[in-house]
Amino acid sequence: MQPRRNSRLNIHVQGWLLALPAIVLLASFTHIPAVVTVIDSFYSTPRGRVPSSFIGLDQYHAMLADPIFWKAFNNNLLYALITVPVAIALALGMALLVNGHIKGRTALRLAFFTPTILPMVAAANIWLFFYTSDYGLLNQIIRGMGFANVNWLGSTSTALWSLMAVTIWKEAGFFMIFFLAALQQVPPDLYEAARMENVGRWTVFRRITWPLVMPTTLFVAINALINAFRIVDQVIAMTGGGPNNASTLLLFYIYQVAFSFWDSSYAAALSTVLLLLLGGVALAQFYLLDRKIHYR
Amino acid sequence: MASQRFRKVLVTGAAWLFGLFWALPLFYALWAAFHPSAFATHFDLTAPLTLQNFVNAWHAAPFPRYFLNTILLVLGIMAAQFVICTLAAFGLARWKFFGADVLFGLIMVQLMVTPDVLILENYRTLQKLGLIDTLTGVGLPYVASAFGIFLLRQTFKSIPKELDDAARMEGASTLQTIWRVYLPLAKPVYVAYGLVSVSYHWNNFLWPLIVTNSVETRPLTVGLQVFASVDQGVDWSVICAAALMTSGPLMIAFLVFQRAFIQSFLRAGIR
Repeated sequence: MQPRRNSRLNIHVQGWLLALPAIVLLASFTHIPAVVTVIDSFYSTPRGRVPSSFIGLDQYHAMLADPIFWKAFNNNLLYALITVPVAIALALGMALLVNGHIKGRTALRLAFFTPTILPMVAAANIWLFFYTSDYGLLNQIIRGMGFANVNWLGSTSTALWSLMAVTIWKEAGFFMIFFLAALQQVPPDLYEAARMENVGRWTVFRRITWPLVMPTTLFVAINALINAFRIVDQVIAMTGGGPNNASTLLLFYIYQVAFSFWDSSYAAALSTVLLLLLGGVALAQFYLLDRKIHYR
Repeated sequence: MASQRFRKVLVTGAAWLFGLFWALPLFYALWAAFHPSAFATHFDLTAPLTLQNFVNAWHAAPFPRYFLNTILLVLGIMAAQFVICTLAAFGLARWKFFGADVLFGLIMVQLMVTPDVLILENYRTLQKLGLIDTLTGVGLPYVASAFGIFLLRQTFKSIPKELDDAARMEGASTLQTIWRVYLPLAKPVYVAYGLVSVSYHWNNFLWPLIVTNSVETRPLTVGLQVFASVDQGVDWSVICAAALMTSGPLMIAFLVFQRAFIQSFLRAGIR
């Protein structure tokens, strides 16, 4: 046996050494940039010969007066408020459908889950075709039913909703597998007992299934919420935020301000808002969700 | 009993209709991709099947190169993640070293603040490192993954300490212990993590879009976007073929290893 005295010191040194590569990378690409972003938001963007100078909260004042920021912010809130519950409800419905003994169960699972595997950009391009105003399938169906063509992505009243549909289509199948796993954990004797008592289906769902999948619902909801504030791929691929900023979202606006308008300090201020939002979700997660439920 | 059977038929029918509806955009894309352009938007069961759209897409843009880039990227990220996350996770799982809890908390911040939220600062960092427009630059911010560290730490914690001690008694060093005891026992978790990582980075878009600006570095997602947004005379058949092609390998892998994929996503929880 080696002397224990040495190995105690060793543990501290070795522990840090093992974690060192991860620490360096995480610090360089997460912690330091986050802090620098917040600091940068209090400075002006250097332009030509004019160097950056401390301007306090001016960027934030400008932000409050920026209609596009508010558009992006409100759009993003609406996006989260609609897509998260709808995707979750659909996911639970799908899981209930394919959990039972139904003919063609495998095919159904595949139909629901496959969109999840597609890259968002590929899905976006497929949906672009689906939405095409003259001859897209959606409008063909709508015309077949006797309605007029809708310019799904080109009109301010439908563009955002059309993007939401793609997000829901991509996410519901992914969430479904979590609900499937949760449903399989429900003790069968509970359903057995309910059947002996001749309890109606809706009551069974409300009294047994729903409470038992509640932790899963929360877990999925939190993750969906985080994703909702980081959505950008389909905006870039499908609408470019248009028409007239009708479908712009926070991360897309940050991307635009940073890499099209090159206003780095304003982008930093916008990123700070996004960081605060994500921090808020993190706190909600901390208080709402007992992580032990999922991560034993 | 008859009404119950009727109800079952009804539910089954509704489920199928819903499934069909759900798969509609995909079927539509498949239809367009496998038929000549003339049939892209009108349905005729006698329409001839063709692979020409795929051939056209393949030649219209440097897709072979994009495929190579994506494959190098996803494998490189996965390999680097395995090494770096394993080391950190092992230290955090097994040793109560000074500051370990605070460190773990700080690492978990990245679950929320992923590198794509800090695009501007990270772009500047890459500029300073001279890594703009390189595959290394695309992958580097993702290599130390909080998610990977978390997942492996949980796994390592569940491995009996006695096995570790036994290896040490035989004189194995820390790295040897990890290699001989921990890796083999955690294999399913590595498979799960690997699948999640590969599918995430195969599909990742914003960060590579910002970092890359040449054919030699562009992954498939960015290549597809460039291809589709440049005016193609909007040949939807070719665009659909390209979209399906870029997702192809992952889709086929998924169809073959369906169970493993789903298990992995479940095990991993977050993408």
